[in-house]
Amino acid sequence: MRTLQSSEITKAVKDLAMSASCDLEPDILDHLVAARDREKSPLAKNALEMLITNANIASREQIPVCQDTGIGVVFISVGQEVIIEGDLENAVQEGIRAGYDEGYLRKSVCDPVTRKNTGTNVPAVVHYELEPGDRVHIAFLPKGCGSENMSGLVMLPPSAGIAGVVDYVVQKVKDAGSNPCPPVVVGVGLGGTFEKAALLAKKSLLRPLGEPNPDKNVAEIEQEILQRINREGQGVMGWGGVNTALAVHMETYPTHIASLPVAVNIQCHAHRHKEVEL
Amino acid sequence: MDIEKHLPKREKSGFENLKPVRVPFEEGVLETLQAGDLISLSGSLFTGRDQTHRRLVTLLDEGRELPVDLKGQLLYYVGPSPAKPGQVIGAAGPTTSYRMDAYTPRLLELGLKATLGKGARSMVVRAAMKKHGAIYLATIGGAGALLSKSIVKSELVAFEDAGPEALFRFEVEGFPAVVINDIAGNDFYEIVKARKQ
Repeated sequence: MRTLQSSEITKAVKDLAMSASCDLEPDILDHLVAARDREKSPLAKNALEMLITNANIASREQIPVCQDTGIGVVFISVGQEVIIEGDLENAVQEGIRAGYDEGYLRKSVCDPVTRKNTGTNVPAVVHYELEPGDRVHIAFLPKGCGSENMSGLVMLPPSAGIAGVVDYVVQKVKDAGSNPCPPVVVGVGLGGTFEKAALLAKKSLLRPLGEPNPDKNVAEIEQEILQRINREGQGVMGWGGVNTALAVHMETYPTHIASLPVAVNIQCHAHRHKEVEL
Repeated sequence: MDIEKHLPKREKSGFENLKPVRVPFEEGVLETLQAGDLISLSGSLFTGRDQTHRRLVTLLDEGRELPVDLKGQLLYYVGPSPAKPGQVIGAAGPTTSYRMDAYTPRLLELGLKATLGKGARSMVVRAAMKKHGAIYLATIGGAGALLSKSIVKSELVAFEDAGPEALFRFEVEGFPAVVINDIAGNDFYEIVKARKQ
């Protein structure tokens, strides 16, 4: 067994929170550059150039890429051979609180009934998993809600088939229009149950951007959805062009013989995600 | 992170071919702006988002005075991130506008002349804008660091306890925007969609 102090978790979460909002990962930057290079609409091309410049200013001056530094979503995978000394949940939340405070990040978390801001960006939404081994893996996704609000879930009848799944996802992105800050990243969860599909959609956003699902059939569906979305012509910010979405990530899980759950989690181009292993 | 190699040849603070516009708007300027126009705003504006609007409209419902006179003004939908020491403001890009749709017609009745955010407005808001001769502008979402460079002054006006949802007054210089809805009732997002079909 390996022992890990909860204070180490706090420090790791704090560092992730502070860096995620200001330093975009190379995967998203590469996609923004590729999008700019293939864009024909002058207005959209210029907007993409501004997004690349924005990323540069953000990183250089440590200003958040976007003022919506999100509600924290944390995926923690704990090895079964690890003993964590102290309160794990408190350790994670304290890391978020400290990171948002010291990083001058916006506090965007409020009570759903009173709408009163908690003032600390705590609590984050934390998902726990167990895995073999003696490592702890932490993934952090500060989720802006311009895009989160455009998400959706449907329990399709199995007769709808994959064609129905594709239609639903494409329609969700189309209906979202310019609200979620396109070019978007589209996370899709297919199968499982009501809550499993939603969680799969969210988790798919953690995959390196544009990396296809290892299952060839699923990867083909991802490509079909991506191409259909980009043929719609809404483009960057809804100002036209060929870059409405940068990537579609789909994760699947076996489902009930009566069910075909589909969840769509939309992510903006400011696709902030960071991971660390302890 | 080495992204220098990806940068455009010259670092731009806005779009190309921007038409300079003063805010608050000078007499006769709104009439010259058309859906799809790229403009560059300089002058002063007020900010507000969800809670700001809720509070303003609650004050109106209670027959009380607003902390600002919105007549002729531009209202920018933004909840900035906190300024670090020495900064005017943190990241300060637009938030999604439809969440303000429920409140906007009330503010247009008071003489508000323009709103600035991102995303489409409801038909009710569009009709109200046409009735009151107001326009709606969008700026680039998710570019909060870049846009903060066009904000030269920020002062708190009201609702400090609402945190990022407080009402601020900004002074801006060369703040880029696109005209989405002009006073004739045209909508740039619809123009883009029609182009595709």
